[in-house]
Amino acid sequence: MSDGLINAPVSAVFGAVAVAGMAAAMAGARRDLDDRTAPMAGLVAAFVFATQMLNFPILPGVSGHLLGGALAAILVGPWVGALCVGIVLVVQALVFADGGLTALGANITNMALIGVCAGYGVAVLLRRLARRNRPGLLAVCFVAAFVNTVVASGGFILQFALGGDPAFSLGAVAGSVLGLHCLIGIGEGLITALTVGAVASVRPDLVHLLRGTARPLELRTVPAAPKEA
Amino acid sequence: MLYRPGSSAVHRLPAQVKIVCALLAVVCVVATPRTQFWAFGAYLVLLAAVWAAAAVPVGHVARRAVIEVPFVVVALVMPFLGGGERFRFLGMSLSEQGALAGWNILAKGTLGVLVSLTLAATTTPRELVVGLQRLHAPAVLTTIATLMLRYLEVIAAEARRMRTARISRGHDPRFLWQVGATARGIGALFVRSYERGERVHLAMVSRGWTGRMPDGGTTAGAGAWLAGLTPVVLAATVLAAAVLLR
Repeated sequence: MSDGLINAPVSAVFGAVAVAGMAAAMAGARRDLDDRTAPMAGLVAAFVFATQMLNFPILPGVSGHLLGGALAAILVGPWVGALCVGIVLVVQALVFADGGLTALGANITNMALIGVCAGYGVAVLLRRLARRNRPGLLAVCFVAAFVNTVVASGGFILQFALGGDPAFSLGAVAGSVLGLHCLIGIGEGLITALTVGAVASVRPDLVHLLRGTARPLELRTVPAAPKEA
Repeated sequence: MLYRPGSSAVHRLPAQVKIVCALLAVVCVVATPRTQFWAFGAYLVLLAAVWAAAAVPVGHVARRAVIEVPFVVVALVMPFLGGGERFRFLGMSLSEQGALAGWNILAKGTLGVLVSLTLAATTTPRELVVGLQRLHAPAVLTTIATLMLRYLEVIAAEARRMRTARISRGHDPRFLWQVGATARGIGALFVRSYERGERVHLAMVSRGWTGRMPDGGTTAGAGAWLAGLTPVVLAATVLAAAVLLR
């Protein structure tokens, strides 16, 4: 979302929402984040950053892109995940001029707060399935990423209804934004499932959602071979 | 990258001053009533003055402003779709509301991108993070941001090595068809970057990493703040004039 799309008062309100949300995420992250997980958070942020580079235009000033919220939430947990996505958005706005500076609050609210909450909520609801076997985990990742994308675009529609230009008909905006994000959600689901699947098969200890499922080491003792007489 | 090395006064200004300046300038642009066309011209002149002071050629900024194209390309369709009163232009019937809405997004979006590009052209990403640290952004945020910027290069290099490895094993990458191979390798890329990052982390710990990035920035004196905020004062004047003259 770029500058000038949402009027100044609504931008300010969502800026406040974003600051409050990030503060809450930081408080929650303090438990999850030690000096060992900080690199993981940095890496997830870098990955989210790379996936957000793909843009498709929808409306003037609005483009759809992969969000990476579910990926972040499943790998590093909801608090750190929200921080990662939020940082990505700030750096993109400051360093790469991608996404407006005044629209930052609205963008963070949609992608870092609403998106991550929705994605993680789905993942937690289906946690039992994810922990059962690998196809289950992949399916949960796909669904979580899809819901994350569509719900985050719903956040945009809400902001547009509050502070957007009345020249657009809200129904048409909602239709095109939701429609495109359903498509993006499929791509996002595939990438999330591929990445989490790969990490889970090599280093399941790094996947936040699977925490506590490590099987205890199983010792199989071979009965001593009968002594040859 | 967007950074353009230089030693101008704008480059040497502490990053925290530049961040505040860019943010306030964009706020001024967004708050300007859309029918005050001259005000947007004034903002552009102001930006051009900053480019001149920073010795950043217009072409450098203009080429990179292409990033905005996906955002604004649909703005050109607006005059045809909007409702309300219609007027004739070049033999086409256009909606007045639609044209104004399209102009609003085009002008404000473009100016916003130009301001961000000016900031990015005169400040390295590392300096920006130090600037955020100086503005009392929480340490958790600046640490993750610094690591993220470092990891971007690690991931890009790892992806290049994996591509070379694929080619040397008989893969023949063509424009779009290499997307499939890249997508299948994305998980492996993640795990390999992470394990590399783990080694980097251990190296950092053994060199005295405490969880907080060293602060290489400089304190901004009153003079720096005064000089840095001059463009904002001018932009605010333009905004005030635009609102009062409406």
